[in-house]
Amino acid sequence: MSLSRVLLYGFVTLILAWLIIPILIILPMSFSGARFLAFPPPSWSLRWYEAYLGSAAWMQATRVSLVVAVVSAILATILGTAAAYALNLTQSRLVRSLQALLLLPLIVPIVITAVGVFLVYAQVGLLASMTGLILANVMLGLPYVVTAVLVGLRKFDHTQEMVSRSLGMNRWRTFFAVTLPQIRPSVISGMLFAFISAIDETVVSLFISGGENQTLTKRMFTALRDEIDPTIASISSLLTAISFILLMLAALAARNTERSQGREA
Amino acid sequence: MLLAPALLVVVVLLVLPLLWLAWQSVRQDGGFTLAHYERFLTDPVYWMTFLQTFRIAAIVTAMTVLLGYPVAYVAAGLSQRWSIVVLTMVLLPFWTSVLVRAYAWLILLQRNGIINSALTGSGLIDAPLKLVNNEFGTVMATIHILLPFMVLPLYATMKKIPGELTMAGASLGGSPLHVFLRVFLPLSLPGMIAGMVLVFVLTLGFYITPELLGGGRTYMVSMLVSRNIEVYNEWGAASSISVVLMVCVFLIFRLVSLLIPFERIMGTR
Repeated sequence: MSLSRVLLYGFVTLILAWLIIPILIILPMSFSGARFLAFPPPSWSLRWYEAYLGSAAWMQATRVSLVVAVVSAILATILGTAAAYALNLTQSRLVRSLQALLLLPLIVPIVITAVGVFLVYAQVGLLASMTGLILANVMLGLPYVVTAVLVGLRKFDHTQEMVSRSLGMNRWRTFFAVTLPQIRPSVISGMLFAFISAIDETVVSLFISGGENQTLTKRMFTALRDEIDPTIASISSLLTAISFILLMLAALAARNTERSQGREA
Repeated sequence: MLLAPALLVVVVLLVLPLLWLAWQSVRQDGGFTLAHYERFLTDPVYWMTFLQTFRIAAIVTAMTVLLGYPVAYVAAGLSQRWSIVVLTMVLLPFWTSVLVRAYAWLILLQRNGIINSALTGSGLIDAPLKLVNNEFGTVMATIHILLPFMVLPLYATMKKIPGELTMAGASLGGSPLHVFLRVFLPLSLPGMIAGMVLVFVLTLGFYITPELLGGGRTYMVSMLVSRNIEVYNEWGAASSISVVLMVCVFLIFRLVSLLIPFERIMGTR
């Protein structure tokens, strides 16, 4: 290996370490026995996990976040898949330009989105409600689903649907029996992204969630702004573990489909 | 129509409120006014905040190119197994909550944090360095959060560059550096531009990171919007700032889409 290669690999290894270590460092901190943050922790304990799991307020916030993330991910997947399907089939340039509209939630700075949603909810009385949180997260999750499903549909040969329909299946059955199984990995990855985006969403919920329906992220943000509470370390470790498991599942799903469809050359 | 439900959600929750904000930004006491925009010329806080935000976005974009290009380059050249390992290491932070990462940097960078205790403990410095509650901490965490947005489009573009092209360049007598500069780099530019646009525009809208790591000294546009609503209840001011920020974002996308198609930036093509 040439010297320049060694230097390049060394540099990249350093960058990767810089990416990973800050996230891994939270794990030992979460088992610390101390009230202040010291590394390595002077003693070990589970007190910050107990502080999290034993607190009614944290548990309520966790429940709110989970319900919002699951329901909004499912809704975003249904609406987004339908929209991507229509966008993929259309011949009209006008309809295709609507795609940009569906990607808008990714482009608009999140604070502006939050202010906008707040304005609407203040008018219709959806502030501090579950429905409001779910709807906002459906909107924010749509771009991920539409993007992922469009990529999947591009590889799908539409003539198969024609064949199925010429054999007497209606549109719905054709979609579920022929199309969906083939684009399933894209749909699942879109749904996972929508879920992660919803569970991670902070700024919009700072504006619109409140009272009983405060999200986990809103509570974490407020706690972090006031003081560095080690309880956050235990919550962060659990959240990171969940992300990691989901990422592994997504990777496994992608690999299995690759195997079952045979490697592309 | 299958598109209708999704469009309805986006139009009602995003497009209409944006138009409403634009309308509000030119209204005061029931009449037309440009007073909210005049403040951009008269109040130094306004243009200084915009200036600081654009400067931070430029620094972050440059740094993500410097750090992200080598990572994508190495990942694209590795065997499939190893490139998956590298990409997983890039994706794990990508999938970790922004709050978690801001918290991690607080732990690392604070006055008696890990980096400062390591540096003072080893005798390299006498007094702890001021690493957080300033622009340095904000920029560091922002680069950490946005690096994946640079690596992923770069990797996707580099993977599509045929190996025969660089081999042809080498067989025609080009030195490795020459081949890289004349063949590989230009072909990877579309991915780089896509990554740069995403990183730049996302930084312009950053809120959580400067709020938690800036310590009140790093003031970005998003914070100006939220302060005007939460603290001063100044909807006119908040609207005009939002409109100016939106126009900046749209102009950037518009300009760049002259170079590469919008769908490519967003990864749908």
